[in-house]
Amino acid sequence: MKLVDHLNHGLRKVPVWLVYTLGAALPFWYLYLGLTGGLGVEPIKALEHELGELGLQTLILGLAVTPLRAITGVNLIRLRRVIGVLTFFYVAAHLLVWLVLDVQILSEIWKDILKRPYITVGMAAFILMTPLAITSNNWSIRKLGPRWGKLHKLVYPTAALGGIHYIMVGKTWEAESLLYMAVILVLLGWRVNDSRKKQRSRAIHQRNSARPA
Amino acid sequence: MAYKNVLKYSDVTPKADYMNRRQLMGGAAGLFAGMAMGPALGASKYSTDATPNTFEEISSYNNFYEFGTGKDDPARHAHQLTIDPWSVQIDGMVDKPGSYGLEDILKKVSQEERIYRFRCVEAWSMVIPWYGFELNQLLDMAGVQPGAKYVAFETLVRKEEMPGIRTVNVDWPYREGLRLDEAMHPLTIMATGIYDKPMPKQNGAPLRLVVPWKYGFKSIKSIVRVTLTDKQPLTTWNMLQPREYGFYSNVNPEVSHPRWSQATERTIGGGLFAKRKETLMFNGYEEEVAGLYSGMDLAKNF
Repeated sequence: MKLVDHLNHGLRKVPVWLVYTLGAALPFWYLYLGLTGGLGVEPIKALEHELGELGLQTLILGLAVTPLRAITGVNLIRLRRVIGVLTFFYVAAHLLVWLVLDVQILSEIWKDILKRPYITVGMAAFILMTPLAITSNNWSIRKLGPRWGKLHKLVYPTAALGGIHYIMVGKTWEAESLLYMAVILVLLGWRVNDSRKKQRSRAIHQRNSARPA
Repeated sequence: MAYKNVLKYSDVTPKADYMNRRQLMGGAAGLFAGMAMGPALGASKYSTDATPNTFEEISSYNNFYEFGTGKDDPARHAHQLTIDPWSVQIDGMVDKPGSYGLEDILKKVSQEERIYRFRCVEAWSMVIPWYGFELNQLLDMAGVQPGAKYVAFETLVRKEEMPGIRTVNVDWPYREGLRLDEAMHPLTIMATGIYDKPMPKQNGAPLRLVVPWKYGFKSIKSIVRVTLTDKQPLTTWNMLQPREYGFYSNVNPEVSHPRWSQATERTIGGGLFAKRKETLMFNGYEEEVAGLYSGMDLAKNF
């Protein structure tokens, strides 16, 4: 057996409920750290930052599933839903920390959403993710049919907006957020390229099959 | 003395004791020539009576991009910095330009404790018990020439000891500047310590500026050059984002940063559930400094 097969064999054995449990526990772990001094002397921003970054990381991981399988053969498709749902959970927690612990003042929250472009962008990303989280179940897939796939393409603009949001939060152009954006762009770019290739091969296939035998 | 719930730093040493000690110190001053870092010599009239942050808080949460952009990068990397010997190049429109050794400077100035509010442009704040001397003493030492209108400052650039110089995209050296009247104001100090300790390296050892009514980035750290000039000097944050960081950068709750409000601030040390506090005009130093800007549109000259 090849290494990839070993890896895939192992991945098939990972219980999905365990990934849900451990993944969902992470924000509570950070909350605990924040309460006990583990996030430094300014735990509010630190917690907000950790959760936001976690959301971006899982978002990137979710986007990487398809290219990873196409390029290396490693198959994470069974875990794609849990990755997506956790992403939403992290981003929602990030938003909640911003609302409750950071801004605190209700009138300021609305003003910030409208007046601060980086918050507008972040909120837009969150809104785009919401229907994806709601429809992350078998019932919705059956119910929506082919429209489900189309709907879930919303993850692409979500990722781009998330990356832009991170860049805009920085006081200046910061290497870390630029790196995240670069990875997101590579993953989105791969899809553009891939769908072009598929279109081309479909066109060739059609031409060939249209030829009289 | 009535029981007080909130202890102040000045409460650590009872007043009678430090008054006595001041007399002793007065006698000792001739011997030590101000070189020793004395204990608090009584409260300056410029000090706030707000409770200072702990030394741990002040020295673990810093912006000092020469050591990296993370808040904990300076505390992690600044130990590499050598600060002895240290000298400051004073040049431009002064009578006595030249390289001034820090020890020689400290022999000629009088230092005292100043407990100041410190407000970062990122909307967080601390209260810091600085130890230092008024910048006007240093400027008088060098002899400011009549035509000078501004003071420019530069931070040390030393690649081998400052990892951020290579990794952070800034046109080094870090530069700051003040109008001459701002620089001469008695609130403006050159700080050499915090509490009764020498300045931690991550806080800008051995010599840094503190301008308490301006956003923290104006208070340039680890200063190696002071230049008197008749032109408004270039300042690093203004060079990076002119729309967001003005030359003046006075604390002003009414003028928002383009990307966030400056109306309130998070006080460091309040933990996860710290309430936001309203930001004060000129960071609470309005009475002392508003006169410097009379007739100026502060929304334009932000």
